[in-house]
Amino acid sequence: MEPNTLSPERQDVGSLVPGAPVRRRHVLDLDDFTAEEVDYVLYTAARMKEILGRPIPRVATLRGRTVVNCFYEESTRTRVSFELAAKALGADVVNLAAAGSSVAKGESLIDTVLTLQALGADFVVIRHPQSGAPYLVAQHVRASVINAGDGWHAHPTQALLDLFTIKEHFGRIAGLKVVIVGDILHSRVARSNVWGLTKLGAEVVLCGPPTLLPRTMVSAELWPAVTVEYDLDRALTGAHVVMPLRLQRERQQAGLLPSLREYIRLYQVNSKRLELARPEAVVMHPGPMNEGVEIASEVAHGPRSLVTRQVANGVAVRMALLYLLSGAVVEG
Amino acid sequence: MAEVILLNRSDIRRALTRIAHEVAERNRGTADLVLVGMRTRGVPLARRLARILSELEGQPVPVGELDITLYRDDLPMRGLRPTLQQTDIPVDITGKVVVLVDDVLYTGRTVRAALDALMDFGRPRRVQLAVLIDRGHRELPIRADYVGKNVPTSRREEVQVRLEEVDGTDEVLLIKPEA
Repeated sequence: MEPNTLSPERQDVGSLVPGAPVRRRHVLDLDDFTAEEVDYVLYTAARMKEILGRPIPRVATLRGRTVVNCFYEESTRTRVSFELAAKALGADVVNLAAAGSSVAKGESLIDTVLTLQALGADFVVIRHPQSGAPYLVAQHVRASVINAGDGWHAHPTQALLDLFTIKEHFGRIAGLKVVIVGDILHSRVARSNVWGLTKLGAEVVLCGPPTLLPRTMVSAELWPAVTVEYDLDRALTGAHVVMPLRLQRERQQAGLLPSLREYIRLYQVNSKRLELARPEAVVMHPGPMNEGVEIASEVAHGPRSLVTRQVANGVAVRMALLYLLSGAVVEG
Repeated sequence: MAEVILLNRSDIRRALTRIAHEVAERNRGTADLVLVGMRTRGVPLARRLARILSELEGQPVPVGELDITLYRDDLPMRGLRPTLQQTDIPVDITGKVVVLVDDVLYTGRTVRAALDALMDFGRPRRVQLAVLIDRGHRELPIRADYVGKNVPTSRREEVQVRLEEVDGTDEVLLIKPEA
């Protein structure tokens, strides 16, 4: 773990206590967060990060609470991150993988979750291939539901850890130019990040081939601070943060890409292209990376890469959410 | 509501000066000493004690800040979570003498939480407790090593410590509810 002192290039994320506490019960996406609420989560995550730097990185705050990780889709880092976060706060963790559970026997999502609730789940962390699944679950349980990724729709905890990492590095988010590159259409990470970044005042540029970034998906009314750019060199000019997304090879089979080689030539983030960005620019990636496809290896592991920092910060952000949601009041 | 001034600015200064002398005397100087202030008002008190001690002994005394929110035993199951404050223990406390500093000692539950928190940072050789006011009514077997003033109170009364750094003034009030 990193020491709990802040190096000069690492800013304390909010030494002033922000004003709007988090009163919500669920975290389903960032679209319904206020900027103040996001700030409060990031502030709390900074306090949690300090705990992770202690010789004994564990407190007993959520002792007796149970977190159920309900993953209907593969994930390593998100599930492990939630598990570590829950354990660092003293909660019990149950992991449910869809394969090998009664889900494989055809049990419905709601029945599964109600069963988990009957077994005493206080938090349901859910990843599901179907967009909207966490919303359905939230309507049927008393537990707090945290969306760990649903279909193409949203991945709010990834966006929050990205925001935290950006703020930790630059000391601010407002006024930064953030370029998200790649398969925007199928990316829940991109969508949640657009909500979070624009709420906090960043300028967002989405960049990718038109088949993976239809102009119609960006509403000027909803996201006035977002621009679409099909030319990566133009997009990168003046960027503070560059975020390539994982390119799934199935996209080529689906006819959305002429060839992988062409995608690499036009949209790979490599060190030569990065020279167009600001000298202080950083590179982030939600993982898992396809090195040599959307990101060149020398960039993925280079001095500008914040990728490992993102992973470490993910635990702190998820601890913050578990703590803040743990007092949520259930009506009735 | 009736207010009684328990300590004024000079009283607080004198009490802290005496406590600093006691700390230096009992520990034979300030080598190996770390002061840890408990949020919120223990932190400025710890800083003031450190300043007096460094003048007395001619060497700086490290000061840490401890937020015990996550260690509290009275967080309700339901309700808004308290805002976490910064914790910063700038030195390794293992083998050191830690003096925990707080403004008011009451039930002892905050000190219990602070002891738990402290142990997550290392294994101090000894932990001592300094408080500006001891108002009694302990619920746990905890006592202070250094006390600014002992004040017998009833549970219905409130002790309010105000410090320049936080509240803009230095005074300690006893607030009695109307009979």
